[in-house]
Amino acid sequence: MAMRKVAVVGAGMTRFVRRALETGKELSYEASKMALDYCDLTLDEVDCVVHGTAPDSFDGVHMKGEYLSDGSGAWRKPYTRCYVGGGTGVFAPIHGWYHVASGLFDICLVVCEEKMSSCQPHPQGAFLTIFDHTTERPLKPNLLWIFAMEMNRYMHTYGLKKEDIALVSVKNKRNAADHPCSLLGDANITLQDVLNSEVLAWPVQRLDVSPVTDGAVALVLAAEHVARRICDKPIWIEGVGWNLDTAYWTNRDLCYPRYVEKAARMAYEMAGITEPRKQIHIAEPYDPFDYKELHHLEGLMLFDRGKAPEATALGITQRNGDLPVCPSGGLLGVGNPIAAAGLMKVAELFWQLRGEAGARQVPGQPRRGVAQAWGDLMQVGTVAVLGV
Amino acid sequence: MAILNKPDKVHQAIAWHGDIPITNRYTAGVAGERFFREVKENGKFMGTRCPECDLIYVPATMFCERCFAELDEWVQVENQGQVVTYTILYWDLDDQPLAVPLVLALVQLDGSDGGLVHYLGETDPEDVYIGMEVEAVLKDPAEREGSILDIRHFRPIQV
Amino acid sequence: MTVKIDKFPGVYLHESDFEQGRVLYNTWDPQAQYAWDAGIAIGRYLSELKQGHLVGVRCNQCRRTVVPPRAFCEWCFRPMDDWVNLPDTGTVNTFSLCYVTWDMQYLTEPQIPAVIDIDGTRPSVGIMHLLGDVDPKKVHIGMRVQAVWKPEEERTGSILDIRHFKPV
Ligand SMILES: [Zn+2]
Ligand SMILES: [Zn+2]
Repeated sequence: MAMRKVAVVGAGMTRFVRRALETGKELSYEASKMALDYCDLTLDEVDCVVHGTAPDSFDGVHMKGEYLSDGSGAWRKPYTRCYVGGGTGVFAPIHGWYHVASGLFDICLVVCEEKMSSCQPHPQGAFLTIFDHTTERPLKPNLLWIFAMEMNRYMHTYGLKKEDIALVSVKNKRNAADHPCSLLGDANITLQDVLNSEVLAWPVQRLDVSPVTDGAVALVLAAEHVARRICDKPIWIEGVGWNLDTAYWTNRDLCYPRYVEKAARMAYEMAGITEPRKQIHIAEPYDPFDYKELHHLEGLMLFDRGKAPEATALGITQRNGDLPVCPSGGLLGVGNPIAAAGLMKVAELFWQLRGEAGARQVPGQPRRGVAQAWGDLMQVGTVAVLGV
Repeated sequence: MAILNKPDKVHQAIAWHGDIPITNRYTAGVAGERFFREVKENGKFMGTRCPECDLIYVPATMFCERCFAELDEWVQVENQGQVVTYTILYWDLDDQPLAVPLVLALVQLDGSDGGLVHYLGETDPEDVYIGMEVEAVLKDPAEREGSILDIRHFRPIQV
Repeated sequence: MTVKIDKFPGVYLHESDFEQGRVLYNTWDPQAQYAWDAGIAIGRYLSELKQGHLVGVRCNQCRRTVVPPRAFCEWCFRPMDDWVNLPDTGTVNTFSLCYVTWDMQYLTEPQIPAVIDIDGTRPSVGIMHLLGDVDPKKVHIGMRVQAVWKPEEERTGSILDIRHFKPV
């Protein structure tokens, strides 16, 4: 199968805020325009547009993809919205990638948007539909339940303490203090702050969770011959993967995300990665909750099962550690506008690998990174490997 | 034997009832703030003009969807325009007959390339036609809230 | 980016901006009311719950017995082979002590949702339910529990026909 090389050549994002004045269209426009300006492209030169956004009910707009199309630069262009729940943010560039890799288009604009503040009294009203309507929702569940129970199972299986996990939140919120778009960046947050935050659904406490957020992120993808012409340092999409586990979440092994492993194996094989721990220099795993970063690092095979907490405690995942993890500040720090948050991770790799991340720059001229998101009914893994 | 081959009797079919308990709150947005405040405070309709595409967007938008320019040229358009198309409604959303039929129209405001969807009033539905000249009837300033309902309806212009 | 871009768009509003009318907005209640068909497998599951029975389904090819019931095996993609009566006992696979409702109202006494691996399933799989009649501090993974059923006349054919699970 002959596939063309595809590069990221531009990125843009809005600030991540708790409630935005801008409409979803306006947020999409701001991010898209910034991404195009970054690589000096006009909308005319864009061949197709890919949009990623989470459930319609968050923005309160049915067929949200169509509603957001003008702000995403889709006027009279081939346009599709893709959707795999929380995994959408990393899936959207994959969707864009096969548009370009296939030879169908040369330049693809990828846009992800979320305006969760539209959903009142709380986006949980929409998140509730994750649970089965007949066998689970009558129990009046709360989205936190599923996370709390997965986290508890993970802690139990590997004998972990809250402290071991809360360190992730501290790291990411501190990293986010250097991100100009962050909602919850805090350079001075301590482990005690996290451990003393209110208990929502034990073992999940307030500061273990990422916030409800509005925001948008956009990337420009280009085929090799275009990328080399318009970009001084294209960042190549070297591998992509995605995978889905059973929709019966109570039938699943809750302490290991096998679907992430499968997605990662697909992406690594495409990227020619045989030893991920040596060949990957930055990781941006999905961290809506602090334990999820650990879970996903293990699924990405960057650490042995149950060993990601120890690596965190040793500082290996710090920005200046051996394997910087979420140097952006992640969802816990920058914020979690679902699909936009996932795409922010890919944008972070773009900036990091180009050496343009400013105060967040990982030292040592990293050459390859992996971004990953997770979602749907808590069982999809989406993975993209980017390299210089 | 597979369980699909022996379904329970149809009269035992069960449905579970529920809802998605949310209310949506939409901000007017950057351009919407200014557009609706002009209606509320000054009774004026403002559009944004794209000089590149020579288009005036109504309702105003902060960007041109065609060339992606950020729009900052605000121009006043007329409070009147033409019926581009319309429909006559005889049933409400709950599928109940309406005592008085409603006329819903797309009105392109004079001086703009855009239009508003709104009700037509002060007219007999049978007299409505495409191309009809209509004008906006605004609520009293004290009643206006910065919403599309600050326009009561459009009505035919008496010649 | 931080290198090239000095100002990022995005205007942060506070809840008070809405309350005090500093920002224009409108609201909409979608009134999204649904009647979800239980279907073949869950329909039978609910009917059996009304009788006070917990049932699962078996796939002979994959040699597994699972709950909640499903009409087809998602592993081998064949119809499930048979219904299996399961005991109403199991083991806590995981749990949470939850102090907030879905709309973030606070609870003084925690709800205790759990995944309960049901005895008789192969490989062991669970359902989600609540734990009750138990001191929250004493709940632990691996705890043996049993269903507490509503009296027969109060059952409606619902997962709520089991009030909760309690320690054996
Ligand atoms: Zn234009
Ligand atoms: Zn099977």
